[in-house]
Amino acid sequence: MTAVRILVGTRKGAFILGADGKRTSWNVSGPLFPGWEVYHVKGSPADPDCLYASQSSGWFGQIIQRSNDGGRTWEQPGSPAGVDPGAPDEATGLPRGESNKFVYDTSHEHGRPLTTHQWYDGTQRPWEFKRVWHLEPSLDDPETVYAGVEDAALFRTTDGCRTWHELPGLRGHESGPRWQPGAGGMCLHTILLDPRDSERMYVAISAAGAFRTDDGGTTWRPINRGLKSLYIPEPEAEVGHCVHRIVLHPSRPQVLFMQKHWDVMRSDDAGGTWREVSGNLPSDFGFPICVHAHEPETVYVVPIKSDSEHYPPEGKLRVYRSRTGGDQWQPLTRGLPQQDCYVNVLRDAMAVDELDPCGVYFGTTGGQVYGSADGGDSWAPIVRDLPAVLSVEVQTLT
Amino acid sequence: MIRVILPPHLRSLAGVESEVTLTVDGTVTQRSILDALEARHPMLRGTMRDHATQQRRPLIRFFACQEDVSQLPADAPLPEEIASGNEPFLVVGAIAGG
Repeated sequence: MTAVRILVGTRKGAFILGADGKRTSWNVSGPLFPGWEVYHVKGSPADPDCLYASQSSGWFGQIIQRSNDGGRTWEQPGSPAGVDPGAPDEATGLPRGESNKFVYDTSHEHGRPLTTHQWYDGTQRPWEFKRVWHLEPSLDDPETVYAGVEDAALFRTTDGCRTWHELPGLRGHESGPRWQPGAGGMCLHTILLDPRDSERMYVAISAAGAFRTDDGGTTWRPINRGLKSLYIPEPEAEVGHCVHRIVLHPSRPQVLFMQKHWDVMRSDDAGGTWREVSGNLPSDFGFPICVHAHEPETVYVVPIKSDSEHYPPEGKLRVYRSRTGGDQWQPLTRGLPQQDCYVNVLRDAMAVDELDPCGVYFGTTGGQVYGSADGGDSWAPIVRDLPAVLSVEVQTLT
Repeated sequence: MIRVILPPHLRSLAGVESEVTLTVDGTVTQRSILDALEARHPMLRGTMRDHATQQRRPLIRFFACQEDVSQLPADAPLPEEIASGNEPFLVVGAIAGG
């Protein structure tokens, strides 16, 4: 019996949407963590009932939550509710209450000095942790998870989120002082794990660009050749590009697609070079980008009018699909509002399932989650009135 | 016995109702109360004080006997009414929108 589980992060909590393989009737559970911002919820590919959530608040900071039963119950790793006081944990020897401790590695042995980055006004500011934007569980180990954080850095846990350690080679890259925040902050928002090469990983940072490691995260190099950003002083600079999202298909992980601040881009050489594939899109500004589960050349984007007008062109909510790996795009409108629609779709708020036909899902800042069970040909709202949606992840359960 | 009142978000995080009661050895200060609170409820670590610096988070305030003591040194003794439990120590999220 197949089923689909959608993990939705919103401005005021998380929600889980569930359906069987037909994807016609959905149940909605939540809010989880009510009143808190939930930037991201994602399940482990190795254990679908193991879910991780990034819960945060401007008042109370960062919280990490874990579920071992598909979202029915949650705990802060290492600090389950009702636990007797005292540290460290008797079973593991690990300290309690550190699942939300994200401290940049400045150790003499293997860290990097706490360098500075560029602020909006061009001055230099020290890195300061603010929140976790994205959690990326390992492809084969439920206890290993990567976290992309603001101010941009990459952290890893190997003990199920009880403790976190920075991979400081990224933040310590010599280009770090030239990174700068985008409108949403200086966030590391995308983490892609190469299914064929455990040492290779991609990340994307607003506004620094895309980076790749080929040695498990020890060293990194910018992969932004071919990007052209007219809103920065040097449009083809090595770093400084506002990359909104990158994505790959697991069957050919050297091919990457990117939605940049402006421009939809493609790389066929693991980010070595990029070319624009915006083609006939009505606007090449946008945030999310997705690849069909079974067709590596089928790509989805949601055009947004401009960098100041964060809503669909002409008030028509249209997903655009390319079946040619970019350049030629067709609008998908059936079931989506085609007048007076002024919502946005954020970078982590679109995902696909692995059923056949492939399901496509996205959430909006207006609180709607739309789904298509036919690869995007037709759409229907799964739920209409959630808080603003920050992220959508999909699990295909068998 | 020290009485501590947490804001609703932290109450739900710690899984507690209304007041938390604590025993604090020695001088009762912001630091000793928060240390005891975090030892009892480890999930609160990092939510009131920064993990690395131990500084009060910017939008958190502390009140004792109707006085804002947020700006006092963390090791300054708090009033006897707090130490005796006659008055609660309040952890408050600054009012800054919903």
